[in-house]
Amino acid sequence: MLAELGIETLEPLLADIPARLRLRRLNLADGLSEAETMARLRELAGRNAVFEDRLTFRGGGVYRRFIPAAVPAVTSKSEFYTAYTPYQPEASQGWLQATFEFQTMIAELTAMDVSNASLYDGATAVAEAAAMAVVQTGRDRVLVAGYLHPEYLEVLNTYARGRKFHVLQKLPQSGVIDPGELGEQLDRTVAAVIFQQPNFLGLIEDAQALTDAAHQAGALAVACVDPISLALLQPPGEYGADIAVGEGQQLGLTPSYGGPHLGFIACRNELVRRLPGRLVGESKDAQGRRGFVLTLQAREQHIRRDKATSNICTNHALCALAATVYLSYMGPDGLRDIAQTSLTRSHHLERRLAGLGGFRPAFPEAAFVNEFPVRVEAGDGLLSRLQEVGILGGLPVGRWFPELEGVLVFCCTELNDPGAIETLLEACGK
Amino acid sequence: MTEPLAFEKSRESLPGPRLPAAGLPGVEPAQVIPRARLRRSRPHLPRLSEPEVMRHFTRLAAMNYSISKNFYPLGSCTMKYNPVTNEAAASLPGFAYLHPYQPEESVQGALELMWDLERALCEIVGVDRMCLQPAAGAHGEWTGLRMIQAFHEGRGEDRSEVIVPDSAHGTNPASAALCGFKVVEVRSDAGGRVSLPDLESKLSPRTAALMLTNPNTLGLFEKEILEVADLVHAVGAKLYYDGANLNALMGICRPGDMGFDVIHLNLHKTFTTPHGGGGPGAGPVGVMKDLEQFLPRPTLERENGHFKLDFERPLSIGRVRSFYGNFGMLVRALTYILAMGADGLSQASEDAVLSANYLRARLEGALDFPHEGPCKHEFVASARNLTAQGIHATDLAKGLLERGFYAPTIYFPLIVPEAVMVEPTETESKATLDAFTEAVLEIVQLAQTDPERLRAEPTSLPVGRLDEVAAARHPVLRWRPPAQD
Repeated sequence: MLAELGIETLEPLLADIPARLRLRRLNLADGLSEAETMARLRELAGRNAVFEDRLTFRGGGVYRRFIPAAVPAVTSKSEFYTAYTPYQPEASQGWLQATFEFQTMIAELTAMDVSNASLYDGATAVAEAAAMAVVQTGRDRVLVAGYLHPEYLEVLNTYARGRKFHVLQKLPQSGVIDPGELGEQLDRTVAAVIFQQPNFLGLIEDAQALTDAAHQAGALAVACVDPISLALLQPPGEYGADIAVGEGQQLGLTPSYGGPHLGFIACRNELVRRLPGRLVGESKDAQGRRGFVLTLQAREQHIRRDKATSNICTNHALCALAATVYLSYMGPDGLRDIAQTSLTRSHHLERRLAGLGGFRPAFPEAAFVNEFPVRVEAGDGLLSRLQEVGILGGLPVGRWFPELEGVLVFCCTELNDPGAIETLLEACGK
Repeated sequence: MTEPLAFEKSRESLPGPRLPAAGLPGVEPAQVIPRARLRRSRPHLPRLSEPEVMRHFTRLAAMNYSISKNFYPLGSCTMKYNPVTNEAAASLPGFAYLHPYQPEESVQGALELMWDLERALCEIVGVDRMCLQPAAGAHGEWTGLRMIQAFHEGRGEDRSEVIVPDSAHGTNPASAALCGFKVVEVRSDAGGRVSLPDLESKLSPRTAALMLTNPNTLGLFEKEILEVADLVHAVGAKLYYDGANLNALMGICRPGDMGFDVIHLNLHKTFTTPHGGGGPGAGPVGVMKDLEQFLPRPTLERENGHFKLDFERPLSIGRVRSFYGNFGMLVRALTYILAMGADGLSQASEDAVLSANYLRARLEGALDFPHEGPCKHEFVASARNLTAQGIHATDLAKGLLERGFYAPTIYFPLIVPEAVMVEPTETESKATLDAFTEAVLEIVQLAQTDPERLRAEPTSLPVGRLDEVAAARHPVLRWRPPAQD
């Protein structure tokens, strides 16, 4: 190639870089062979402790669940994972159709009208929903009702400072929030009431009442939901929420130390032009064949620049594909089975823990699906004892909420078999 | 070839998959959850057997173009080969199955990996610290601008404007606007670089930052970058580096040395983590010392050989996403850096520049070139020489799809009419670039001899050109179950 350009070295092509900027050599090690590279990575991976699926009783937004082999078999197809964003629809129908299916599945699960193609994670999804509500209502504060995931709240606060709106939070007395507790904070300056269902402690909120309270104040209701729980719990569309968001890691993704996971956002039809990120729509070619395209791009940064609804460009398409394969594999019955088994096991664990000395449900009146808070006398000592026998125990939440010092949130899924639950109980009873 | 939707293939009589039974006395939802909180309708999810699922997605995969199949000349997207070693590394159980709330002492390997990556990226771009949290480039831009905003606010200065070139990526003005900044555009000069006189006229005590890509989106090195940096710093503003085009510069020169204060990178471009059909990516942000205290929480610190997450950062702009970023992508990026080493990375950038200049030379005469070379890792041509025949950049793009290539980025940057933006990357061989050239030449020829035929392409793909206007006017964004009577 040099010869065809009529040059002998690369230098003429770099001549416009000021000489004083030219680097002699990067101060990095020499390159490694594949074998050596993998040896180094195995060494690093080996310095981490991996808890067994069945002995992991910790959730807090990231869960160990059964991942059908079909999921990685599809997401590791290089036709999917090495493709670019489908700007040229004729050569990207596989991606576009899969995304259209994803949008439909999220809309079905949440009982909302439309879903976008994905966001980064549950936290940024909450923040994007809040920003939508601020623009839609022309009001500049959002009210977080109850125990929202503390990291979601932190991200919401970061976004709010940048996007010039305010975040208020009302924590409940009894684990779940009574709309009456919102009191004067919910006035006609509030753009959205944001709540998590089940909340960060795993407890089930009165989503209908919170939604109604939001609407009475002229605010939007934003529900942050757990997609697996929606097999059992009333979905946001049924109680009239305006925007449903959440974290989709449980739909076929490994914990991977917190990412990449999957944010989703769905809304009522009236709000669709305020949605951030990609949307796939149906169309036809000249022969009348059905095909799919990226659509409503007039909302997006590459068209609207500083007037865009969001700056999002690259999102989490491959994670959305994992969820699409997962939900295709599970179907409505499989998803319900998973949710039901998790519910049975969690309630069993809760009853049995309550029977041990030194453990009592933190909010015994509140209902839950598969994650629940327990007040533990032994505190942190218990967790290190559990860790010694290979158990990742409940999540200590006092780190974020001082009033919950000494509370552990335990979680069961379809992977915590009865034997594993006995192992946990035995270790707790010691 | 078309494939029905998963919903259309659903068989209502099919039972669900076999899953673990509870193995305990069953608890009915209605026993433990108030009835009003329970779901009334069943979601319409497809009911498919595993072979049907696999076949469905395998067929969809076959309807996709990908870098593993052939060349992606997408300008500014840096679609280079994604080494499979990266994938093997990320799926090691010691990475893939870590819970983000495991005790710190049980994840020392993961933290060390993030530490090593931060150090390597700092060295490559010439900054003091790096935050690995942002999930994508635009997320990184926003994070960087928030830090700049916090910096100025901390000095009691109210700076309300961010300057971006007219050739900038769309995310730049969008990110600035979402931080509440007013976006001020600076013109490119006839040579395709930032016009210094225009920049001077736009800089003021109101300026918070100038966002710049270097090489810029025309693929040209901003050769007056040191003067630009001096002008920006003279009014107390910060210089922001959009790292989308870093692939031209690794080991050759460093944005930090040019005077940039904040830098974001796209690991899914320069550092070979796969694009995944539109993410997940990773958009780390680097800063110079004076902005370090504003980095998102938590930062990663090392004390006596022990790695720890530091949440006590009172001036931090806060978190920008949950947990510690797209960790799986960080594993892939470090894998690439370890395999390449110092010399491998410079070689990659040198080869990327050579490939782009070679391809540019081959295409001269076939397309218009509004700006003089040499280019760096990409170049922008114009298809305006074909418009007399009623052929546009879109037709060139579709013609390339027909001939087994992906299309270049078209109609961007906005300052070039009928723009055709090509970035070949270092991982394409001369043979591939030659074959691509032949395809372009054939299309240009066809534009003269049979433009009608060209306008009807592609004909050999699963679908022909789709009606995007109708799709936007009457959006159908989901499948709906057939109405039941």
